[in-house]
Amino acid sequence: MRRARARGAGGEERGDECGRGAPGSCRPRAATGLHFPACTGAARAPRRRVPAWPERAWVRSVQQPLPCPGGSIMVHAFLIHTLHPRPGAEAGLCRVLYSRVFGSERLDQSPEEPGPHDLEKERLGRKEQILAVARQVDSTCKLLHQASGRPASDFPVQLPDEPISLQDAPSGVFRLPPGDPFCENKTVLWLGVLSLGFALVCDPQENLMLAENTLRLVVKYLLEHLKLLNQGSDVVLKADKTEIILSKFLPHGQLLFLNDQFVQGLEKELGACLSK
Amino acid sequence: MFMPGAENFLRQAREIQDEELRKFSSRITSLLQNHDLGNDTIDCLQRLFLIVSATKYVRKLDGKFVELLQKVLCLPKCPEQIQALCAAILREMSPSNYLILSCDEIQEAKLLSLVSSILLAQGNQKAEVLAVGQRVVKVLEGRLPEGQSSRHLLPLLSKIISLSPASLTEDQTNLINKRMVDWLRYASVQQGVAQPSGGFFSNPRARQPGPITEVDGAVATDFFTVLSIGQYYTEDQWLNMQAFSMLRKWLLCYGSEGANSPNSDDRSEVDGSVMSMVSATSTSSRLLPPKERLREKAFEYCQRLIEQSNRRALKKPDGDLQKACLIEAVTIMDIICRQDSSYVYRTLSCLKILHGRISGDLAYARALLPIAQFFLNHSETAAVDSEAVYKHLFTRIPAQLFHSPMLAFEFIQFCRDNIQFFTENLSIFRRSFPNLFKLLAWNSPALISEFMDLLPAVLGADTAIEIFHLLLDLPCLAAALDIQLRSASAPISERATWDPAAKPASCLEAFRHPLYRSTFQYLLRIETAPRDSPERLAPLRQLLGSMASCPRVVQCADTVPVLLQLYFSVVAEFADGPLINQLVLVLLERSEQLYEIPAFKADVHRVLSSQLVLLCKLHPSLVVELSKELLEFSGTVSNIRNKEDIFTYVVWAIGEYMSVSYDKRCTVEQINKFFEALEAMLFEITQLRPSASIPKYSPRVITVLMTTLTKLASRSQDLIPRMSLFLSKMRAFVQSPAMASVYSEEDNEEILTRAAELMNLLKMPSVAQFVLTPSAEVASPRFHRDTNVSLPLAMKTASRLLERGTGFVPG
Repeated sequence: MRRARARGAGGEERGDECGRGAPGSCRPRAATGLHFPACTGAARAPRRRVPAWPERAWVRSVQQPLPCPGGSIMVHAFLIHTLHPRPGAEAGLCRVLYSRVFGSERLDQSPEEPGPHDLEKERLGRKEQILAVARQVDSTCKLLHQASGRPASDFPVQLPDEPISLQDAPSGVFRLPPGDPFCENKTVLWLGVLSLGFALVCDPQENLMLAENTLRLVVKYLLEHLKLLNQGSDVVLKADKTEIILSKFLPHGQLLFLNDQFVQGLEKELGACLSK
Repeated sequence: MFMPGAENFLRQAREIQDEELRKFSSRITSLLQNHDLGNDTIDCLQRLFLIVSATKYVRKLDGKFVELLQKVLCLPKCPEQIQALCAAILREMSPSNYLILSCDEIQEAKLLSLVSSILLAQGNQKAEVLAVGQRVVKVLEGRLPEGQSSRHLLPLLSKIISLSPASLTEDQTNLINKRMVDWLRYASVQQGVAQPSGGFFSNPRARQPGPITEVDGAVATDFFTVLSIGQYYTEDQWLNMQAFSMLRKWLLCYGSEGANSPNSDDRSEVDGSVMSMVSATSTSSRLLPPKERLREKAFEYCQRLIEQSNRRALKKPDGDLQKACLIEAVTIMDIICRQDSSYVYRTLSCLKILHGRISGDLAYARALLPIAQFFLNHSETAAVDSEAVYKHLFTRIPAQLFHSPMLAFEFIQFCRDNIQFFTENLSIFRRSFPNLFKLLAWNSPALISEFMDLLPAVLGADTAIEIFHLLLDLPCLAAALDIQLRSASAPISERATWDPAAKPASCLEAFRHPLYRSTFQYLLRIETAPRDSPERLAPLRQLLGSMASCPRVVQCADTVPVLLQLYFSVVAEFADGPLINQLVLVLLERSEQLYEIPAFKADVHRVLSSQLVLLCKLHPSLVVELSKELLEFSGTVSNIRNKEDIFTYVVWAIGEYMSVSYDKRCTVEQINKFFEALEAMLFEITQLRPSASIPKYSPRVITVLMTTLTKLASRSQDLIPRMSLFLSKMRAFVQSPAMASVYSEEDNEEILTRAAELMNLLKMPSVAQFVLTPSAEVASPRFHRDTNVSLPLAMKTASRLLERGTGFVPG
């Protein structure tokens, strides 16, 4: 049940997304000067296993600083990925289907112009971080399903005719300690709908109640406009719709205090824009 | 829903070769150059996005092509979908060196927002954040052309200040401060009108819009907020919502640094803000500098939100928003009070009323955390009232809402954030650890790492023993919580069916049964009960045995070993002799009484035995002080069978520390007593009669017993002949038919070698004493780090010397 065990399970990567650069370093050590052709068949290194429990957690200074002035409060990223909540189901790997990082973490202006390899590394680092989040959501969801005491086979994978209730969908929250995989503390809020996971990576000071409302709202419109319940491919093919939905309900990662009438206003705008 | 189709698309996208990609992008190039912005192009761009985003590695796109995408993005009539796709592709390519985009010339708010999202994804290599920040403020300064709205820019501004607050100059922040006041406080209280659709049936006569209403449908009583309802919203109402959404961040960034001087010429009276000139009602506040004025208006806004959250929302989403607003409002008020303490008293009375209003309603429980945080941050001023707030929070909330994962997470984060203050100043925090453990027991995988930070804070000499029991009973607690939850949701009729005379048939029945009620209450206690005896729980552990396979209980049990390890490492820092003695006694006693999950028991035994050694090392006298109890424990055969690990370490500790060199009180009588007891044990397990059910004792127990006996003999030399005789009989034991069936050749070899070595040692009593009871100096880690100077080597050397035999004089 341990987090690491579950995480490790996602570690057996396929060749095309080889597991170099374990999440755990902010500046991924991945891609050390290697050139990546079409990724296939690239050398695979074993993913570093995370210790069974984050024992360093208590070694770290116990005192958390108060929210510092100017402390960041925003949503850092949004992602959609596959979920395999049945423990032991080897239906495949955890795959990120869509991700949006709102602005990058790196802000130190380096004195020199970064070379193309630096840029590649940075991009790779972002992708690795997102993948690490997706994996952890996947394993957390498994544990949650397990704890609920329902048999593994009971996890709904497809319910074609019934409307999905997002209120009852499995959801949760966990913290990512600094350095694993983001430089700073992050809080991840997730929601599982059938075999898809949706997650917001937030700063720790973010209003979690508002973030929850927003995540449900975004997922609701994604399900509706990407027809996620009938056709499987729109989630990867129609990124423009996802982008536009995010730009309405989570512009630049800003959570909005939307009452129902504001939501309906945005819904109208969305309809006008996506129906064209 | 996630079909293999999507998986296929992903794979294809990843497998596309550079050559194919080049062809594909030249096809898109020709579409774009022909100004074809229709479905074909959309389709192609969607696929291109998939290709560049599906892999972790950078896709090479032609520089010219990237340039074209940027041009198309900025075309005046570019459809929104194409814009979104171009922007998404460019973002996916970033950080990139091919970017020629700049926000300097862009007038249109929406496009500026989109272009900025690409620039901000570049990781600030070329100070993009500063450039975007400057541009956004510039656009906000001026008047936007007809049909455009600043509301696309506020989230962008919010993003910029969280990336780099230094992007704005002081003048600029003052300008935005003024604008924020307008947006927050002076939005129209009339509803907006619907955008004319121009359709056939649209009514040309514009209907007079009504006033905005509250969430319960009543006409609004005061200024517009995010909790104000209208059929349509005006532009300034949208801005009001956006401004409040970013208000907390803004105040944190620009609210505190450097107070504006009172005679600053930048007063609100002379500001350029049109709206505030017209609609400002408060005269006194208009004399304030912009930052202070915003603070005041923000405060009023929060007060109004708190008042509005008392209304009964007609729609459920609005009810949810009320709670989120309450949390935000209280947090903002806290920030304001930290920046200007003159607000503290006003806030205090407001929050006291709020607390009284919501503390009985569990639906609002999460809002209690920011309220408590406020009382914590201003505890000097709020000392009197804060006690009640904390007490309610720590005693009620975890007990009633342990099953809410969000609340549990926020509660534990709240504790972590304030841990230092709590340990130093808040006795209720340390007293309520049984309640905090409920959160852990129920949500163990999610909270274990957070709890590692909390455990040291609640541990002290006064709580150590109780927490030790509680940790060992954690799976039991999870089971009891499950029953509590089920019992609360069971229908009343079912609850009353038990017969007080009969034994309960199920756990659920037992929960209400008089026989078990008080033990359940003890296990589910909300505060520490140091004088209560945890032994009472034994029958409950048996009763709850039927839930041992419940997944939540198993998950919880998995967390116990790591917590125990942490527990001992913390306790070791402060524990004195008496506490260690007490701990060892509890440890021996509880090793018998554990919740019946085999893997759990094995894990716990493993941790306890290794910790036992550490405790003995910390306080070697315990062997002498607890000799009665240790004698009893080590003289019980069943202890070998049930908890061999612990038994082995106890025996080892006796051999190691039952010596005058560790405690002057150690007497020959004590040594002899232990010798006799352990000798009987070794005899018992080695003189096996062949029978069907011979329990197998591991060779390790046998060798440890032999060694310990030899150690004791070396300290009470009258025992040496007796020990040597015993050791010499080991060969016969090993060769007995009963043994042959149980032990392997290697095991036997091991036992015999050790017996021979020990026998040899005993031939030279003074050497034996040196080897088996090394002086403190020799026993220091320095000698053990190097395997060449450790005990086994010393023993082997002694054996070899003796075997060579003649001519050697020890000494």
